[in-house]
Order: sequence, then C-alpha cells, then structure tokens
Amino acid sequence: MITDAAPIVTARLGVPNSWTLKAYLETGGYEGLRKALTMGPEAVSAEVMTANLLGRGGAGFEVGRKWSMLAKPRPAYLVINGDESEPCTYKDHMLLEADPHQIIEGTLICAFATGAAQAFIFVRGEFALGIERMTAALNEAYAYGAVGHDIFGSGFSVDVVIHPGAGAYICGEETALLESLEGKRGFPRDKPPYFPAVMGLYKKPTIVNNVESVSNLPWIVLNSGEAFKGLGQGRSTGTRIFSLSGHVRQPANFEIEMSKTTFRDLIYDPKLGGGIRNDNQLKAFIPGGASAPWFGPDQLDMGLDQEAVGKAGSMLGSGSVIVMDHTTCMVRAAWRITRFFHRESCGQCTPCREGGGWLDKILHRIETGAGREADLDLLLDICDNIAPGLSWPPQKTTICVLGPSIPSSITSAIRMFRDEFLVHIKEGGCPFA
Amino acid sequence: MPRLTPDNVRRCKDLIGLYPQSRSALIPMLHVAQEQDGWLTPEAMEHVGEMLGITPAEVYGTASFYDMLFTTPVGRHLVSVCTNLACLLNGGVELLEHAEASLGIAAGATTDDGEFTLEEVECIAFCGAAPCLAVNWRFFGSVTADAFDNLVDDLRTGRLADEVPPHGTLCRVRRNVGLTAGGPPPATTTTPAPAPATGSAEKRDGA
Repeated sequence: MITDAAPIVTARLGVPNSWTLKAYLETGGYEGLRKALTMGPEAVSAEVMTANLLGRGGAGFEVGRKWSMLAKPRPAYLVINGDESEPCTYKDHMLLEADPHQIIEGTLICAFATGAAQAFIFVRGEFALGIERMTAALNEAYAYGAVGHDIFGSGFSVDVVIHPGAGAYICGEETALLESLEGKRGFPRDKPPYFPAVMGLYKKPTIVNNVESVSNLPWIVLNSGEAFKGLGQGRSTGTRIFSLSGHVRQPANFEIEMSKTTFRDLIYDPKLGGGIRNDNQLKAFIPGGASAPWFGPDQLDMGLDQEAVGKAGSMLGSGSVIVMDHTTCMVRAAWRITRFFHRESCGQCTPCREGGGWLDKILHRIETGAGREADLDLLLDICDNIAPGLSWPPQKTTICVLGPSIPSSITSAIRMFRDEFLVHIKEGGCPFA
Repeated sequence: MPRLTPDNVRRCKDLIGLYPQSRSALIPMLHVAQEQDGWLTPEAMEHVGEMLGITPAEVYGTASFYDMLFTTPVGRHLVSVCTNLACLLNGGVELLEHAEASLGIAAGATTDDGEFTLEEVECIAFCGAAPCLAVNWRFFGSVTADAFDNLVDDLRTGRLADEVPPHGTLCRVRRNVGLTAGGPPPATTTTPAPAPATGSAEKRDGA
C-alpha cells in the first residue's frame, strides 16, 4: 500500500527556485541546523541513532553507528558522497540540483555532531548543473552565516568545500572516493587497515555519508529520531527515494515510506510507476541497482524493506528499481551490465580486471550467435572465481565489491532464463533481435 | 600550446587554498585547465604539476584514470549518449546508431570541423528520461531521432550557447569565499565571480 507519509527529502521539489536560499528559508530552511547548535553534538547524535537512519548510498549501514565508530584522533574530516553512478540510480542527481541547501544543512549538522574539522561534498563531475547549484548555494550559505566562522553566533565553525569528480564509477566506493579527493587515481583501499572512520582522508578519521542520507538530518533534528523511526518498520525506518526506470509508464524518483509499500505498488500503482508500458508482461526486475541479484514476478509482493530484500538474496542497494518486460532479451541485459562493470573496473585486482573482460566477451558472443553450450558453465565458473560460492552478499577475492558485484546479473539471468541462453546458442543468434 | 593564463593561475591558487593538502586540488585544477583549452594540453598539465610540486607524469597518471578528462583534443561539443540498462531498454542503442549516422562518425570520433565528438557513456543518472544524452554535461532527456537532429542543428548555429557552454566548462559559478572557519570573516580571497549560471530548467523527472 501507499501510505500518506509526507515526503522528507523531496518536500521542496516543485517549489519555484527551490535551489535558492530565499526559497529554502521560506520553507523552514536552516531551522534544523539552528536547533542542532543549541542541542549539542551528543544530543544530535543520539537522535540520529534513535532514528536508525540507514545509509542511502548502497550499503545501508546505520548512519548513527557510523558516526559512533569515528576514531578519537583529530583532526577528523567529513566527506559527503554525491558521486552517484550506480546504473539507473538518479535520486542524488535530482537532490543536488533541486535542493542544494538541504544537503549543505545536513552536512553542517553532521559536521557539528561528529566534530569534523572540515567537510567536503564530492559531487559527480558529470553533474554540471548540480555543481553550479551547489556552489551558488554554498556562496549564499556563507554570506548568510550558516557556514564558516562562528555559525549563527554559536561558536561552532566549519568550512565546506564542493569538490567536483571527474568521471569514474568506482569513486562512489568510499575509499576510492577518498583517494580521488586526495588527487589520485580512484583505487579502492584495503580494509583493514583503511576503514575511513579510522584511517580515511589524509589517513585521518573520516565520516563518509551519502547525499540523501544527510538530506534527512534537518528533518530528524526538527522532528526527533522517534518521529523518523515511526515511519517504516523494523530496521527500515523513515522514507526513502526509489529511482524507478525501465519499462514502466512513469519512470521517476518516488519518495515513499519504507517497508510498507511493495514492489507491486511501486511498479503498478497509478500514482507511482503506473504499470508496464503497452500493458506488457513483467519479466523480471532488479530491486537495487545493477549490482543486485534479480527478482521475478513472484517477488512483487515483497515490501521495499532492506531486511526482507536481503533475506530473499538481493539488496535494496542504491534504491533503484529497474523493470524489464517480456520483450527484453535477458542475455543482452546481463551482457550490458557486465560490460559496464568491465569498463569501470579500476584494474587493481586480477579477478575483476580479467574476469570482467572475459565474462563480457563470452556474453557478447552468446548474444551475437557465436556461443557454445559449455559457455554457461564457463560463465558460472568465472563468476565463482570472482565471488566464491556465488552467494549474496558475495564473498570477495578483491579489494572492493565492484568485482564481486559482476556475477549478480549473470547468475540471475542463467538461473531464471537458462532456456533463453540455450535458444541463443542453438539458433546462433538473438531471438529478440 | 598554452600554459595556464594568469586568471586561471589565480583560480588554481584559490583552489589549493581550500584543501589541507595541496594535491587534493589537482582534479579541480584540471577542470580549470580543460575549461581553458577544451582538453588537457601537455603544457597545462605540466603547469598544474609545477603549482602542486608534482611531476607531469603524476598529473597525467591521475588525469588518464578519469573519463571526463581528455588528454587529446575533443570537439567543441562532446555528445555523450547513454546505452546503459535504462537507456538500453528505451532505445538508447538505436539513438547512438542514429547519432553516428547523423554526425557521420563512429562513437569515439570527432567531426572534421571539430564541432562534435561523439561518445557512448555509462549511466549518466537521468534514467527517468531515457533515452538520454549530455552535451558538455548539460542533460537532454527522452531524445528521439528527430530531437537529436534538431539539437545538433541548434548547437551548430549557436542557439543553445547560453545553456551549453564549450566543452571543458564545468561550473560557471565561482566560489566567492575562501576558508573562514579559522578566523573572522570577511575572507581574503578570491577571483571575481562571473555572471551567475542561468540554470537551465530542464524537465524534472522527479517525484
């Protein structure tokens, strides 16, 4: 069902010039920061812990717990991850353009709660308008006294820097992002020892939070952690933006209450996805970005709930739901996703760098009619070498999870649509072409 | 080939001043260099390295990792067509094929007049309006073949010059304040801000 929970992070969408300070202040902007400054860091952290806000970037780790793990040595830094690149995820792109002040306010609340010496908002380089809006908003926020020296006369001071990326999916991975922010190639770091909360930016304790995650903070401070926890159920609290794409009539970002709405609601409800285009049949959907294992129509009635989706062997991930109708060639879909990971591999680890390319080539030859029956076992064997056991969450043979994410689409497609692979191989081409 | 202009040297110094360690300014400085010349010339990369106290090879080593940074010349308009999953499902591949035929070049190539470079890109996070593309990272959604041809025409004739600046110009709004947390305002920097961005009001594909 669709609940009547009011939107939290997208409340200002549609407000004229929502990205300006004037519009922001007229709609309650910076009140959360003002209140936080009077509460003190510990009380703010306690509210966020109570809210059980799960990170909205992909991994879904509790924001409050992340803050509590920040190591003691100072200085500590705050980095906001706006490097949204997971295929078919486009919510942060929207927030950066539509409500930059909300991100800045959330960043400042986080910096205050964690005692960060400086904050960096890392924005995906391709988001030119987002970078312009964020920069203009930051200029306004400085002039307004919300950033910099002695914020609102509270005695608390912190600077914020908007940092543009330069195009690399892997920099969404937090340790690769930190390398990039240090002016280097985006190579993920080994954990341990490089857990950002202990050894992050410049080897100092660092919090890395997602754009949508911190956009929730002004609301949580103003309305309390309990109020946030009152939305959703279990561990999946609050509302969340889901990026719906693919073969639906109304692909868009929808902010909805966690858990209570099902995938069927999201895809078919007239107020949300509006159903499959041309009244076609649903063939499969991906519940949480290109890295996530696929679901079939039998899983439509599952709630948009982090735990439920996890128990069913996939993940809500970045909150992107991709819908494929019966006209979709699943070999082609799996190949395209695999080619993406192959291209975006940073190249540090052999299983990902070489395995990704090998899988890309095999899927391409099946799709174009040169496949052999032994290719199915070969695909699974290579996948097993990248992510032993082919379980979810995956086992790793690599520094980061990019490589172990490659098997998701391949094992899903073979498990659900094995016959389709065999038809490609027997008929020497794609039956959908 | 040019090194950085005096104005861009000042911009780069301001950028260096924003970070606890200077090398963090490298990528933002490379965006400045790319804005100046449309791509990263060896001379500009060397100049950036001098300012940061790192070698040209270190600059190139970082630059070559990133898709947006070009170490060879590109056209005035970089046309980036997405074919990742949401676009694949909605005609992105056919759009790319149309773009190749229309511009008369394969993806990865530049037209003879230097106006257009065409590239196939991974998801550019505009999936509510698939199939989509970007020109110099200004986004266009639900692009049909006819819309593509009209877009190319508008770009050629300069009708979209306000919305789509030349390749390399990422952000037309400049930060107008340095770091202030450590001391009382007003801050001491920085370069004068140009006219604010027009903020093209493209179709919102949100909730």
